[in-house]
Amino acid sequence: MSRKGGLRLNRSTFNRVVPYVILSLIGVMFLMPLLWVLFAAVDPQAQLSLKVPRGVTLDNFQAILTDPATQMSFVNGLFLSVGQSVLVVIVAGLAAYPLSRYQLNYKKPFMYTILFATALPITAVMVPVYQLFILLNFVDSLVMTMLFLTASSLPYAIWIMKNFMDSVPVELEEAAWVDGASVWRGLRSVIIPLMLPGVFTVSIFTFTSSWGNFFVPFILIQSPDKLPASVTIYQFFGQYGLVEYGKLAAFSILYAIPAVIMYIIGQRYMSQGFNFGGATKG
Amino acid sequence: MMAIELVHEKSSQRNLSNAGSLEKKGKREHVRSILFLLPSWILLLLFFFAPILLTILFSFTNMSLTGSAARDMDFVGFKNFVTMFSDPSFRISVLNTMVFLIFSAILGQQVLGFTLASLMRERSRSFRRIIGTVVMAGWVTPEVVVAFVWFAFFSDQGTANVVLESVGLKPVAWLYQFPMVSVVIANIWHGTAFSMLVYQAALDDVPKEVEEAAKIDGATGWQRLWHVTLPIIRGSISTNMVLITLQTLGLFTLIYALTGGGPGTETETLPIFMYNQAFINYQLGYGTAISLVLLVIGMIASLTYIRLLKLKT
Repeated sequence: MSRKGGLRLNRSTFNRVVPYVILSLIGVMFLMPLLWVLFAAVDPQAQLSLKVPRGVTLDNFQAILTDPATQMSFVNGLFLSVGQSVLVVIVAGLAAYPLSRYQLNYKKPFMYTILFATALPITAVMVPVYQLFILLNFVDSLVMTMLFLTASSLPYAIWIMKNFMDSVPVELEEAAWVDGASVWRGLRSVIIPLMLPGVFTVSIFTFTSSWGNFFVPFILIQSPDKLPASVTIYQFFGQYGLVEYGKLAAFSILYAIPAVIMYIIGQRYMSQGFNFGGATKG
Repeated sequence: MMAIELVHEKSSQRNLSNAGSLEKKGKREHVRSILFLLPSWILLLLFFFAPILLTILFSFTNMSLTGSAARDMDFVGFKNFVTMFSDPSFRISVLNTMVFLIFSAILGQQVLGFTLASLMRERSRSFRRIIGTVVMAGWVTPEVVVAFVWFAFFSDQGTANVVLESVGLKPVAWLYQFPMVSVVIANIWHGTAFSMLVYQAALDDVPKEVEEAAKIDGATGWQRLWHVTLPIIRGSISTNMVLITLQTLGLFTLIYALTGGGPGTETETLPIFMYNQAFINYQLGYGTAISLVLLVIGMIASLTYIRLLKLKT
């Protein structure tokens, strides 16, 4: 009896401990590459393998931050990403209004086209987009690249914005109209404040994917002084990657910071992007 | 009688004026919706649908970045496609794409993501938060940095070899001997968080009572997983599968920055092959034909996705 009881106890302890062990192992494996960047960036003698630094230096960060070319690449990157996010929110927000509020006979096909476009890989159209840019003389233009990026995230943004707008009760808006507000004013003072979670979701998603986007500016931008950080860091990696690990690690951290900040701000809104159920109302 | 008629007349009149204002309102709404949708239409037509149409058009030309074909391109019929299907490099890249897709996304990210989500379910809050944050970090890291981090990890003096040596094994030239394994692992690290979040949401919706009932009926953990949990969340599994397939299919940066598609053509997936043909070999027409293949696969996956969403509602 007692042996049996002991066995059962052991098994249940075992069952309780195993998930912690597995999860910790996975956690350590995920953490290792990351720790290396963090350590290498502050290590005066950074190496390619993970080791705790002997001393701590900020020289690597200083070298990257004081380089005018890097500064320029951050400015360019911010121009592309901030510009794209702002435009996407405005343009998609405008489109979402009639799609959410009015009876339009083309609404259903339009929404399905949008959903279809949401899932298409942008990589697949980059060769013809390059040809289009040559044709229209847009190559090497940051503004046009930003507009292209805007268009590429519009389908997703319109879809999300429309669903968020659907959840704002029409009655609230109608009350504003009765009080003499115009449609425009109702949109501004009633809908937009209630839509903020949607606006955040869309702008955070857009900013993060734009900031990390390497392929599009790599194809469409050519002048070194117009390149965003995503491409500059790749070139830095190609030129000095095999020698100056510390600087490259510092560059990586600095480059990743905006994406990380956006993620932290957006954490509470992000989960809504994963709710497939909520995104199905056509 | 009169009174009733009067009322009747009055109400019909009101109806009439209502219909008039409704028509006016409808017209106004119509104009407004066109105005509101206009910026979207312009951007989408110019930068989204036009490129898709151009993909179809240009893939039947001999367009080139340099030489005479750069200025005067000709329609060459199905020549690009004939070249493509007889090109051994094309077959290799299709094969590489499939291997990469199956091992990094469909198996790697899905299984690991599900394992994480289900194991994390009944753990303490702080523990869950730590593991979740570490996994999310891989997802938040921009692709170029992911490539760089794993380049260091797999390099000759990198962490992977230090670990191997510490347990008495010989170091390995990962990026040369096992380039596909390396990019697959890097992509699992980068993408698993997405599947983890999807499955966390899905598992939250599984009713506790159903699982409890199965437990009382004496079902083992595996039986409960296979016969109870997985059937309930199968909608999320298929949706997630299609979404990560689409994400992985178009993946360029991670592979390009980590191995450049090499050594040789060992990690050359379709996007890398497309890039090399269009921008390195200057064969834009041929490169576009390859894009078309990618686009068609993407369209099929995308239509599957819509179908799945429709089924769910």
